[in-house]
Amino acid sequence: MFYQQLANALALGAVYSLFAIGFTLIFGVMEIITLAHGAVFMVGAFAGYTAATKFGLGIIPCLIISMAASGFIGFVLDLVAIRPLRKKKFHHLAPMIATIGCATIITSIYQGIFGAEAYRFPFDFVPNENYEFRGIQLTQLQLTIIFTSFILMIMMIFFLNKTKWGKAVRAVAENSRTGALLGIPVERVYQFTMIISSSFGGAAGVLTGLNFNTIHTFMGGPILHRGIAVIILGGMGDIRGAMAGGLILGFAEVLSVAYISSDFRDAVSFGLLFLILLIRPSGIFGKKIERKG
Amino acid sequence: MSDFLISFWQTYNTLFYTIFIHGMLGLSIYLTLACGLLSLGNAAFMGIGAYTSALLTMKAGFPFGISLIAGGILPSMVALAIGIPTLRLSGVYLAMATLGFGEVVRVVLLNMEITGGSMGINGIPQKTELWHLVLIMGIIIFFFIRLRDSKYGRAMEAINEDEVASSVMGIRTTYFKVWTFTAGAFIAGVAGGLNAHFTYFISPREYGFEPAVDILTFAILGGTKTFWGPIAGSAILTVLPEMMRFMGPYRLAVNGIILLLVVLYLPNGIVSRGTFISLKKLFSERKSNA
Repeated sequence: MFYQQLANALALGAVYSLFAIGFTLIFGVMEIITLAHGAVFMVGAFAGYTAATKFGLGIIPCLIISMAASGFIGFVLDLVAIRPLRKKKFHHLAPMIATIGCATIITSIYQGIFGAEAYRFPFDFVPNENYEFRGIQLTQLQLTIIFTSFILMIMMIFFLNKTKWGKAVRAVAENSRTGALLGIPVERVYQFTMIISSSFGGAAGVLTGLNFNTIHTFMGGPILHRGIAVIILGGMGDIRGAMAGGLILGFAEVLSVAYISSDFRDAVSFGLLFLILLIRPSGIFGKKIERKG
Repeated sequence: MSDFLISFWQTYNTLFYTIFIHGMLGLSIYLTLACGLLSLGNAAFMGIGAYTSALLTMKAGFPFGISLIAGGILPSMVALAIGIPTLRLSGVYLAMATLGFGEVVRVVLLNMEITGGSMGINGIPQKTELWHLVLIMGIIIFFFIRLRDSKYGRAMEAINEDEVASSVMGIRTTYFKVWTFTAGAFIAGVAGGLNAHFTYFISPREYGFEPAVDILTFAILGGTKTFWGPIAGSAILTVLPEMMRFMGPYRLAVNGIILLLVVLYLPNGIVSRGTFISLKKLFSERKSNA
């Protein structure tokens, strides 16, 4: 029973990690928090849904389309809301507020188009088979979710550590001015970060839609709250921390539903967030944070 | 003329009540914004205040005044408990903690028995009169006028300009940040109590993320350089939706567009020198053209 719960938690937590990895990368590189990341997630889920139902595509093309769509939204967000602020000397709250505005616009447009009802991926989108592994039942869906999330996350880490662009991204995260002096096109790196982070958010949207078998226009809010908890848990801007934080939150949620009560599942993330703020605000792997003026 | 006034009043008097309540909410978030902090929990504080005061008048039979004050005190206690750990850190943490906190309040209200779950509380006695609102608004405005040139007001301004520098100057930044956050929660709670005794129905849905964004929009549109900004902003944004009814489901997008445009083009809001200067420019250009 306990091991079964762990398997469920792994599927849930992997998606949280996938969502948070982009969220934390944006903070690490651009030092802003985009509160539109939940809306991007929702856009990705609906793009995948449309590709699956209207064009009857399989899961991999659906994921690619959803990542492209949400990456595009990320590009537009950067163009419309974040880049103009970067040009000016902005108050540190300005990008947060601008992205709240963008999230409201995106969500209400989608509510106008899709309404408030829940949508489902077509039956048999992922074959309904069970695998048994030492008494633990794993559905093919769970396996798909876990594998896809981890493959994407490993690709991200490989990209950041081994490729030229990835190194540029890390250099800008370290210090954008020095990066610019070294000839890194900082603006392009910012754009690229927004696109890639948003596309990861979109992929998380499709996987969440599959996991719970519902997609609706309000799905961005709850994941945004969880994403926030996860990136604080892992230390803001820390990719590996976000991965670990997502898994921890997944386990905490599943275990609290299994052993306490399902009513307060949405409150678990806040409890965890609050606890970490009290005990170790720099996150589980974090170093001491220097206050910046 | 008087007939027109009477019919106008009968149609739109609720709008005036709402303008006052929204004005108080705008002021409640102004306090934290004036310190350079973003709190997204004011809708939740309003909710705590609304439920507290409604339950006290209905279940315990408290007089209206006392339950209103209790509806302000409880949220400010909660704010104190959240504020002390989060406000030691940079302002970003408050925004994120309050965002999560709002969700928790909604979930708790949905699952508790005494709050009536998702059905909310129905049939709250309608005790809020217009003069209550005018009086309380007057007290709050008096408080803000006194605040502006006091030690507290100046400390808030200094923290907003540069937190590190003001802490070096000997301002106890955490103390002032916690204080503004708590006072803002008190005002939001009182506004919630007044609202509950005016609409006689409350449910958890009214205190989620969307109302929090609405409150933020009031203050950002009006501007946070002076406290008149949020008041003007909430008056505009209370009247505007009445005119936007034709937009149907896309009405919320208007709020988002306003938020975005104001942050990009009027970073100090409508009630600010920037608007004044651009208006002056506009008029002088017209004159020179003519």
